[in-house]
Amino acid sequence: MKQPLSTPRFSLCCLVAALAVAVVFRMAGSEYLWFSAYVVLQYILLATAWNILGGYAGYVNFGTAGFFGVGVYTSVLLSKLGVGSLPAMILGAAAVAGALGLLMGYLTLRLRGAYFSIATLCLAVLLQTLVTNWDYLGGSRGAYMIRPQPPAMLASPVEYLFVAMLAMSALAVCVARGIERSRIGYAFRAIRDDEVAAESSGVPTFRLKLLGTTVSGALMGMAGAPAAYYSTFVEPASAFGLAYAVNTMAMALIGGLGHWLGPVIGAVVLATVQQVAMVTISSDFNLLLVGLLMMAFLIAAPKGILGLIRPENRP
Amino acid sequence: MKAVTRRAALVALGLAMLGAAGGAGAQSPQGEPLKIGFSMALTGGLAANGKAALIAMQIWESDVNAKGGLLGRPVKLVYYDDQSNGASIPGIYTKLLDVDKVDFVVSGYSTAAIVPAMPIVIQRKMVFLGLMGTSVNAHFNYDRYFSMIPLGDGGALQLSKGFVEVAKTIQPEPKRIAVVALDAEFSKAAADGIKQNLKGTGIKVVYDRTYPPSTVDFLPLVRAIQASKPDLVFLASYPVDSAGLIRAIRQTKLSASMVGGVMIGPQIGGFKQQNGSALNNLVTWDIFAPEATMKFPGVDAFLDKYRPIAAKQGVDPLGFYVPPMAYAMMEVLGQAIEAAAKPDQALVAEQLRNGTFQTIAGEIKFAANGEWAEPRSLLVQYRGIDDSGLDQFKQAGKQVILYPEKYKSGDLAVPFQ
Amino acid sequence: MDIELLVNTLVSGLLLGGFYALATVGLTLAFGVLDVVNIAHPAFMVLGAMVAMLCATAAGLDPVLVGVLLLPAFFALGYGFYGVYFRFFEKRGDAAIQGLAFFFAVMFVIEVSMSMALGPEQRQIETPYSWTTWQIGMVEVPLRMLVPFCLGMAVLVALSRWLRSTFIGRTVSAVGQDQQALRFVGVDPVRVKRIAFGIAIAAACLAGSGLLLVQPVDPWSGHTYIGRVFSICILGGLASLRGTWLAALIFGVLENFTSTYVGPAWSLAVAFGLLLLTLLVRPQGLFAR
Repeated sequence: MKQPLSTPRFSLCCLVAALAVAVVFRMAGSEYLWFSAYVVLQYILLATAWNILGGYAGYVNFGTAGFFGVGVYTSVLLSKLGVGSLPAMILGAAAVAGALGLLMGYLTLRLRGAYFSIATLCLAVLLQTLVTNWDYLGGSRGAYMIRPQPPAMLASPVEYLFVAMLAMSALAVCVARGIERSRIGYAFRAIRDDEVAAESSGVPTFRLKLLGTTVSGALMGMAGAPAAYYSTFVEPASAFGLAYAVNTMAMALIGGLGHWLGPVIGAVVLATVQQVAMVTISSDFNLLLVGLLMMAFLIAAPKGILGLIRPENRP
Repeated sequence: MKAVTRRAALVALGLAMLGAAGGAGAQSPQGEPLKIGFSMALTGGLAANGKAALIAMQIWESDVNAKGGLLGRPVKLVYYDDQSNGASIPGIYTKLLDVDKVDFVVSGYSTAAIVPAMPIVIQRKMVFLGLMGTSVNAHFNYDRYFSMIPLGDGGALQLSKGFVEVAKTIQPEPKRIAVVALDAEFSKAAADGIKQNLKGTGIKVVYDRTYPPSTVDFLPLVRAIQASKPDLVFLASYPVDSAGLIRAIRQTKLSASMVGGVMIGPQIGGFKQQNGSALNNLVTWDIFAPEATMKFPGVDAFLDKYRPIAAKQGVDPLGFYVPPMAYAMMEVLGQAIEAAAKPDQALVAEQLRNGTFQTIAGEIKFAANGEWAEPRSLLVQYRGIDDSGLDQFKQAGKQVILYPEKYKSGDLAVPFQ
Repeated sequence: MDIELLVNTLVSGLLLGGFYALATVGLTLAFGVLDVVNIAHPAFMVLGAMVAMLCATAAGLDPVLVGVLLLPAFFALGYGFYGVYFRFFEKRGDAAIQGLAFFFAVMFVIEVSMSMALGPEQRQIETPYSWTTWQIGMVEVPLRMLVPFCLGMAVLVALSRWLRSTFIGRTVSAVGQDQQALRFVGVDPVRVKRIAFGIAIAAACLAGSGLLLVQPVDPWSGHTYIGRVFSICILGGLASLRGTWLAALIFGVLENFTSTYVGPAWSLAVAFGLLLLTLLVRPQGLFAR
C-alpha cells in the first residue's frame, strides 16, 4: 500500500495546487469567475473548519454564523480604526474568533450532543445582538467597506480577495489533514465514538475539545474576514445569517464527515450547484432544488460522496 | 421565366408577412436586442417588494417593445434572483456585464442590493440607477449614479422631515416624542434622521429604543412608550412589525397628537386590506397616494395592467409603493437612451444629468450627486377607512397628503385616538 | 413603580408564554421523547398556519376551529413522515447529524413550496375577537393572545393526561426510555414512534392556528422560532410537558419584562442568555423529572 504523504509534503502539494488554480483563473481573467469561485472556496474553508469539530470529534456546531459574523465585524472594526490591509484583517479575525472558540469551548464543552449544539446557537444569537447594538460598527444601519487596491502582482481587488480565500482554504485543508492524521485526530475519533470510554482510558478530552473549538473557530473567523470587502456593505442580519450554518453543515455531510477530503468535495459540489443555479434557474425553484438535492444525498449517500466512492475507507 | 416569377412570389409573400406583422400599428423593433441587466430579490425577506418591482419592469419592457423598442431595437430584460442576499450581487453583476454582455444595468431593490454592485459598475464606468436606496452615493460620489427614491439631497433626513414639519403645526405645541425603530438599515436611518431633524425644535426625545426583527409581542414596547407620556410617537418599521405595532397601539389605546412615521407596510395593498380601519389617523411616509394632486399621466393605465398580474402572483395587489417607482426608473433610463441616440454610457449619463423626465411617478430631474433635485417624500394620513376591503383605497381622500406643500391635499386630524 | 405597568407586563408575558408552549409541545414529543432533532418544527407550524388561513378564509370559519379540523390530516402527515425518516435514518443507526441535516432540507422544501404556491407576502386573518381586549380591573387581556394561551393550556393538559392514562399514551412515554421492554409486551416500537411524531406534527398545526392570531405570517416566519422552541424544550427538561409549560411561561415573561424595562433590543438575548446559563449550571433543564 502506498505510504500517505507526510504533512509537510502534503502542504507543499497543496501550495502548488493553489498556485496552479490561481494561475489558471488569472489566465481566464474573468471577474465573474473570481467572484463565483470565491464563494466556493469560502465554503471549502467553512466546511473544513466545521468538520474538525463536527466530523472528527462529533460535536455539531450550529453557531458557524456566529464565528463567521465575528470575522466579518473584526474586519469592520479594524477598518474603522484605520487598518485597511486584508492580511491584518485576516489575522485579527483569526485571533478574535479563535479566542471566541476557546471561550465557547470552555463554557459549553461539558455538554453533550444536542445540548452542545443548542448552546452554540445561543452564542450566535448573543453575538448577533451585541453587534446589532454596537453603533460604532454600524449596527443595524450597516457598514460600508470600500475594496482596497491589490498588491502589485494582482490584476484587480477581486482577484486579491480570491487569492486570499484560496490561500486560506488551502491552509485549512492542510491543518485539517494534519490534525486528522495526528494523535489529536486519533483522540478525536475516540471521543466521537465513545467519549466516556476515551476519558477513562486517559484521553484528555476536555483539553482536546478546546483545541478543536479554538482551531475550528479561528478558521471560520478567517472565512469572514474578506467578506466585508466582498460585499462592500455588511449588516448584522446577513453576516450572521442562518444560511451559513445550514450550508456548511450540509456540505460537510454531503461530502463525507471525518475525512479532510469530504468537506472539500461537498463544498465544491453544493456551492457550485448553487452558483450555477443562481444564474440559470434563478427563482424560487433554486432553493427548492437545493433542498431536494440535500434530501436526496442524505438518503442515498448517508456517508457522503466519499462513502460512495471508497466504502472501505469508513471515516 | 419560372425562377423570376417564383422569386417575385416569395418576395411578395415576404412583404405581405412583414406587413401583417407590423399591421398592429407600431413597427416591430428589429435587430440585436438592447439588453438591460439587473438582480432582483425574488426570494427571501425582500421578495414581496422585489417581485412587485419585477412585474412593473416587465410591463415597461412590453410597453416599450409595443412602441418600437429603444433606438429601433427590441428591449430585453436580463435578470437573476439575488435571494435578498448582498453577497450574491457581485457575482450576478459580473456575469451580466462580462458574460451576458448587457448594454445597461440597473439595480435590485433596496440599499443592500445597490451597494455591492457599485464597485463593479464604477470600475466598468456603467450608468447605474438605484431603486429605493438611501444615500448610497454619499459613500462613492460616482457621477454616473442616479437614485430612484424621492428623498433628494437630504437622504434619510428627508424621511422624517414631513413628520417634523407637520408636528410643528399642531396646537398645543408638542413637547415630547417617542422614537422607536426596527434594527434594520432603512428604519434605523429614519430614526437617526428624525433625531437630527428635531434639533432646535424644542421637542424632547423621551423614549428612544430599537427592537429586533424577531419581536413577536409589541404590547410591552407600546406600554413603555405610553408610560413615557409622549405627544408624538415616531415609528420606523417593516411590514411584519408594522402590523404588530398597529395592533398593540389600538389595543392599549395609545394616546398622542400624532402617531406614525416611516412605517413600511401600510403602503402595500395586502397590508391595507388586512388592517383596514386600524390604519385610521396613522401618518406614514409614502411615495405615492391616489390623490388628485398626484394624478400623473400614465399611472392609472399602468396600475390597470399591473394589478391582475400581481394578484395572480400573490404580490401587492394595489401597487402604490414600489411598482410605479420601478416603472419610472425604466422610463427614465429608456428616455435617456433615446435622447442620447446611442447606447453609450457617457452620452446617456450626460442625458440623465441634464434632462427632465416625464414619468408615471411625476416629473423627475436629478441633482449633482444623483439624488432627485426636488424631493417628493410624502407624509400621508389615513382617513375614513372602514373594513370593506381593498377597493376603497383606490379612491382619493383615504390617504390625505399632509406634506409637502406642493402635493398637499388636506390637513392633519388630531388627536390620533 | 407603576403597578399597572408591572402587572400588565406580567400578564402579557404569561399569555405570550402560553403561545410559546403551544408552539413547543410538538417538539417536546419529537425531540424529548423520540430524540428526533426536528429543526423543521417551526416550518410545519407555518405550514399549518397557511393551510388554516386558506381553509378558514374559504369556508368563513374561525382559524382555531379549522386548526382542530385539520388535526387528522397533519397527524397523517407526521405519521407518514416519521416512517420515511425511520427507514432512511434511524434504522441505519446513523448519527443524529444526518437526521438533523435531513430536517433542515425538509424545512427548506416546505418554506419554498409555500412561497411558490402562495407568494412571499405576509398573511393575517381577521376574527371577530382579533381586536377585542377584556379589561379586568387594571389588567388588559387581549383576546388574540388569550386564545392561543388557552389553546396551549388545553393541548398540554390533554396530552399530559393522554400520555399517563391511555395504553397508547403510556407506550409513547415508554418508547423514549426503553424500546425493548415495549417489544416484550407485544407493541411495535416503530408504530408507537410514528404515532408520537404524528401527534407532534398535529400539535404544530394547532400552533399554526395560534400563530395566525398572534402575528402576520409569511413563508419564512418559522426562522425566528427555531431558537425559541429548542431553548424552551431544553429549559423545560426535554421530555417533560409540565417543564415545557413552565419554561415557556418563564421565557415569555422574561422577554416581555426585558422589552418593557430595558428595551426590546435585548429581550431575545436575555432569554437565550438564560438558556445558556441553565445549560452551564443545570443541563438537565429547570424542571427535569
